Amino acid sequence: MKELKVDPIRNGTVIDHIPAGRVQRVLAILKPRSSDIVMMGMNFSSRAMKKKDIIKIEGRELTQNEVNSIALIAPDAKVSIIREFKVAQKTKVEIPELIEGLVACSNPKCITNAEPMQTRFKLVNIEKRQLACQYCERVFMADEMDHI
Amino acid sequence: MKNLISIRDLNADEILQLLALAESLEKNPAQISLTRRVMAAIFYEASTRTRMSFESAMKRLGGEVIGMVGTSGTSVEKGETLADTTRILARYSDIIVIRHPLEGAAKYVSEQVNIPVVNAGDGANQHPSQSLLDLYTIKKAQGKLENLKLALIGDLKYGRTVHSLAYALAPFEPEFYFVSPKSLRMPSHILNDLSNMKVKFQEKEKLGKIVNEVDIMYVTRIQRERFPDREEYEKVKNAYIISADLLENAKDNMKVMHPLPRVNEITTDVDDTKYAYYFDQAENGVYMRQAILATLLGEAK
Repeated sequence: MKELKVDPIRNGTVIDHIPAGRVQRVLAILKPRSSDIVMMGMNFSSRAMKKKDIIKIEGRELTQNEVNSIALIAPDAKVSIIREFKVAQKTKVEIPELIEGLVACSNPKCITNAEPMQTRFKLVNIEKRQLACQYCERVFMADEMDHI
Repeated sequence: MKNLISIRDLNADEILQLLALAESLEKNPAQISLTRRVMAAIFYEASTRTRMSFESAMKRLGGEVIGMVGTSGTSVEKGETLADTTRILARYSDIIVIRHPLEGAAKYVSEQVNIPVVNAGDGANQHPSQSLLDLYTIKKAQGKLENLKLALIGDLKYGRTVHSLAYALAPFEPEFYFVSPKSLRMPSHILNDLSNMKVKFQEKEKLGKIVNEVDIMYVTRIQRERFPDREEYEKVKNAYIISADLLENAKDNMKVMHPLPRVNEITTDVDDTKYAYYFDQAENGVYMRQAILATLLGEAK
């Protein structure tokens, strides 16, 4: 099954190489506006990943910050900005230095799990994808964490 | 320094400044006055020593103390959030000292209020005034912090004090022996951090000759409830008991420290030897906390 099954977009953003099954979580993070036209593809075949999900957003160019916010759940995603049906810019996602309000702390005794507050993590090791909670100081692997 | 939340927030200079102020306050407490300043001691968990040591520190500098211990009878019981409770208390006081069972609570409170916050223990995470008083005690005992050999003994897995102490001493090129039963070893993430900071350490299960090599023995209590089965506890419980006999060939200036309360891990016959230093350590807590309060209230000279 080829990508072309989904209509090409004229202006907007394509997010490719999302791990299969995670497209809804990616969308939940990106929070499309009511004016965005969104196409969502699931379980496309992929040489590198076997199966992948894909999102196309017509009429909106995602900023690098927005792109980075999906880095924890779609670390290998490729983001293309489309202008007049052509790829104007291609970027990879990067885990940001500071991750606020995106993931829950896995320490059940952390204050962030008890008070009505935002979580905050710092990226402490980019290769090992380790995040340190800025409240309880514990360090976690990004892949083990639950998104809010 | 605006708050004291984690020992890891302090650099070596800030630590040395606090130590110097504690030393000078011990000699001459009258040099700083906190008259008409109010400390709110908010203890969500029971604590005698830490709370009374902070209260004594504040009062000896002429300040006043308000506070709560436990949550019974307070607005917390009615479901008030930590943020609200502390925001209100911040209106009544000039500095907050807080102990809370959840990790990161003091940090969170410091973001909610515009007066200084001191972390007096947040669950298993941090207890920086204890780490600072330990450093002050070590410096007083040995005349320096650099290049000391220390044995940290007992429960190294759950012991918050030994974790913080390891970090606090790291900038001063210590050599550590971590002596504990296998099941209560220093957590691997701390050992990794120490390796990254180029700190020398060895893990041991038995005390052996270490006793005669070190400058400081820092003893902690092994709690029965940490062991899943009674038999395992019985096997190790006596392996780390410090007695006067054991210290026979210790270095002349070696000192035994303990965050207290002790149960039987240091026998009472040690109390009368020149090695006993745990009661001095407790007293040092007052000077160190005076230094912390004065610094955060902008009265340090």
